[in-house]
Amino acid sequence: MIAEQRGRTIKNVLMCSALAFAALIAIIPLVSVFGYVFLRGFSSISVEFFTSMPRPVGETGGGMANALAGTGILIGLAGLVGIPWGLAAGIYLSEYVAAGEKGAGLGGAAIRFGIDMLASIPSIIVGLFVYVVVVMPFKHFSAWAGGLALGILMIPTVARTTEELLKMVPVHVREAGLALGLPRWKVIVYIVVKGSLRPISTGIVLAIARVSGETAPLLFTAFGNQYWSHDLSAPIASLPVQIYTYAVSPFDDWHRQAWAGALVLILFVSSLNLLTRVILKPSGRAGA
Amino acid sequence: MEFDLSNKSELAKAKRDFHPGDRIFGRALMLPAYSLLILLVAIALFLLHGAWPSIQRFGLKFVFSSTWDPVREVFGALPVIYGTIVSSSIAVLIAAPVSIGAALFLNELAPRRVSEIVGHLIEMLAAIPSVVFGLWGIFVLAPWLRSVVEPALGRFFGFLPLFQGPPYGVGMLAAGLILAIMIMPTVASISREVFHSIPRVQREAALALGATRWEMIRLAVLSGTKSGVFGAVILGLGRALGETMAVTMVIGNRSHISASLFAPAQTMASAIANEYAEATSDIHLSALVGVGLTLFVVTFIINAIARIFVWRTTLRWSAK
Amino acid sequence: MKRLVITLNLALFVFLGSFRILGAADPVLINGAGATFPYPLYSKWFSEYRKVVPEAQFNYQSIGSGGGIRQFLEKTVDFGASDAPMTEEQMKKSSIPVLHIPTTMGAVVLTYNLPGAPSLRLSGAVISDIFLGKIARWDDSRITSLNQGVELPGTAILVAHRSDGSGTTAIFTDYLSKISPEWKAKVGAGTAVNWPTGIGGKGNEGVTGIVKQSPGSIGYVELIYAANNRLPFASVRNKRNEYVIPNSKSIMAAAAGTIKAIPDDFRASITDADGKNAYPISGFTYLLVRETLLKPKGPYIQRFLKWAMTDGQNYAEALHYAPLPKALIQKIEAKINGIRFE
Repeated sequence: MIAEQRGRTIKNVLMCSALAFAALIAIIPLVSVFGYVFLRGFSSISVEFFTSMPRPVGETGGGMANALAGTGILIGLAGLVGIPWGLAAGIYLSEYVAAGEKGAGLGGAAIRFGIDMLASIPSIIVGLFVYVVVVMPFKHFSAWAGGLALGILMIPTVARTTEELLKMVPVHVREAGLALGLPRWKVIVYIVVKGSLRPISTGIVLAIARVSGETAPLLFTAFGNQYWSHDLSAPIASLPVQIYTYAVSPFDDWHRQAWAGALVLILFVSSLNLLTRVILKPSGRAGA
Repeated sequence: MEFDLSNKSELAKAKRDFHPGDRIFGRALMLPAYSLLILLVAIALFLLHGAWPSIQRFGLKFVFSSTWDPVREVFGALPVIYGTIVSSSIAVLIAAPVSIGAALFLNELAPRRVSEIVGHLIEMLAAIPSVVFGLWGIFVLAPWLRSVVEPALGRFFGFLPLFQGPPYGVGMLAAGLILAIMIMPTVASISREVFHSIPRVQREAALALGATRWEMIRLAVLSGTKSGVFGAVILGLGRALGETMAVTMVIGNRSHISASLFAPAQTMASAIANEYAEATSDIHLSALVGVGLTLFVVTFIINAIARIFVWRTTLRWSAK
Repeated sequence: MKRLVITLNLALFVFLGSFRILGAADPVLINGAGATFPYPLYSKWFSEYRKVVPEAQFNYQSIGSGGGIRQFLEKTVDFGASDAPMTEEQMKKSSIPVLHIPTTMGAVVLTYNLPGAPSLRLSGAVISDIFLGKIARWDDSRITSLNQGVELPGTAILVAHRSDGSGTTAIFTDYLSKISPEWKAKVGAGTAVNWPTGIGGKGNEGVTGIVKQSPGSIGYVELIYAANNRLPFASVRNKRNEYVIPNSKSIMAAAAGTIKAIPDDFRASITDADGKNAYPISGFTYLLVRETLLKPKGPYIQRFLKWAMTDGQNYAEALHYAPLPKALIQKIEAKINGIRFE
């Protein structure tokens, strides 16, 4: 009996430490990735990195100014596609489907399933799709194409968070509006959605964070460009693609810049994630 | 405070007819919502259309032939399918125990503060872009594998075909490891959610009956969430299958089946990333789209299965 | 919310619109893509040429020759670049006849990562067997017998090759197919082949990166990629049984023998050339343009090509390429002058 008890205790200690060990292992790569990116990134970053253009191959110096601007433009274009589309789908799901609209039950389930599946499509497939429907017919690699690819990738995040957050708005709020004789669309726009603007914006920020590091869908849509690009129907540089190109190159100076680029990218994405926390804090809600 | 949902829709219905704007507004929202389904179908159809020439030419052999030869225009996707399956399997074999273990530790054992901080840290992993993992893979992981891990594996387990051959560093093993790291946050956070759905009472009951911590975890937490955890792992698998950049940067990019994990390989996603913009012959191009279609179908099925498992568990407990 | 979305979108439009307005005085952007082989020279050219004609911006993406041909045929770029001439079949796909404009010549070198960075001598047969996987170790007698006095490690050879469609690969496999019947039968020549062994890197950049990172590796790259990265490269035995170091002179020597026989469309191979001091794995690299170009970009492209044939040639040697022979340049200029616009 005592032996059995001891056996159980030993097993308990062993298993619990195994679990703790697993948690430890899980953070080792994080520490390593962050460590290297910060170490190498900070030692290679400079003002020039933000202000200069890439130099000809093999010459040292230069920066990624155009790629930084390009990523900004691509995110902007992606927002044009992803934000309204995702918001509309999210609002529809929470306000019309959840409310038991006639015939919406099956459709709603289908849409939700569709959103989940859209979220799980490998991003390179979206790139492939956009190449076929936009790049080939228009015969241009373009910022538009890159923006569209990223925009499609934004939709699921925006739609899902919007739906979830709107569902948290109590039913009686809607009823109060309807009871006042307001049309339903006004209730939705001015009461339900307006009241949840802050949390909804976190969904948008999360979606931007998700796509700003995407590389694969840009390879054959936005392509690349070593200059400033003002023309949205021309190829455009982006930070992730530039990091990729520089990382697989043999040039030490490009490696240095790739690390600097990675640092900038990680800081940008992390600060977006942090931003969502800040946005949510005052209302005291744990969303997303 | 509890309102009846049907009550609300009654009201809604009553109101709808009075305001023509409502109808327009509803339609205006319905269109983009349903068009998401159209988008999904469009992606599938375009892939099918693009892949059609290679399907016609190679038929089922496309999936079962192991020759990928652009010179002779023979394209079999088996090497890239194999590469995808093996690299993702390595990832799951490593990531599943680690992340489930970590999730249990954080949910059941760790003090609140520790679990909060470590939980955040693991989620930060999820925010790191793929290309940054790739950069780290090229300059940190691959050299380490080449100089330390692979020679050691070769020395001690060299009798297995898995660990034979020259240590390249980049190759199947590197790809599997980097995928493991990348899917860890997914598996861990969904597992945590699933564990969280078990009511506190269950745990307390187990402890009250004299169970040790581990027994409580095994009996009260794990036994009821098996299918949910399975779903979490499958979701991780789904992510691993389609991951592109980091894999492309460390897998060595060679469409060939090799028993050794040290050898370079190619996944479906990395083959597309490498060859799509530069394939010159129509049939090569079509074969690549065919690879894309295969990848699309596989991830679709895997993810659909995973959702069902996760839904089942979380729904079951929240219904009680 | 709607209003927020609208303002947000408006803000975006204004933001994006400002690019358009700025774009009014924009230079003409001419997009090209293709070979990585001449990329160091081209990026130098385009950056120098901007100083000459500031209103023309040449955006060149080095995605590989295969990609250059493909994107050129799909008209997603204004010009393509390739070290492998297009095949008849590919040329038929273009509705407008295609011009191959040779721009420079280069050498594909065997570069390796060995302790002490020794200078190696290799023969075509040995290179072929290494890339077939038949010679798998550095201390193989077939390598050591060519390199007496060089201490070679008893380690495995890690072969690095291209993973993308590449003209460098085309030149290299064209050479191996001429030298080795076995190579010709098993692998063949092309911009992308089914490699019997080794690890794939994207672009000359990628292969050089692998060699630089991996002790015991060997790969084939354009000369400048090895030279720029201070990697050693092998001298290769040519038809006259001389071991020739790749450099501008030995590339020109390879061209000298074949230049008279060059066809009118300039599509020619100069690998395994018979000539004194000729480096056997040399090749032309081409810009691909259509015979009829669209305005307003067309005249800029023509002007650039003329510049490349004259002032541009002066940059070649410093970057380890070989300038084109004078006689050839005259023929090419005639072709360039024949470009029409519509």
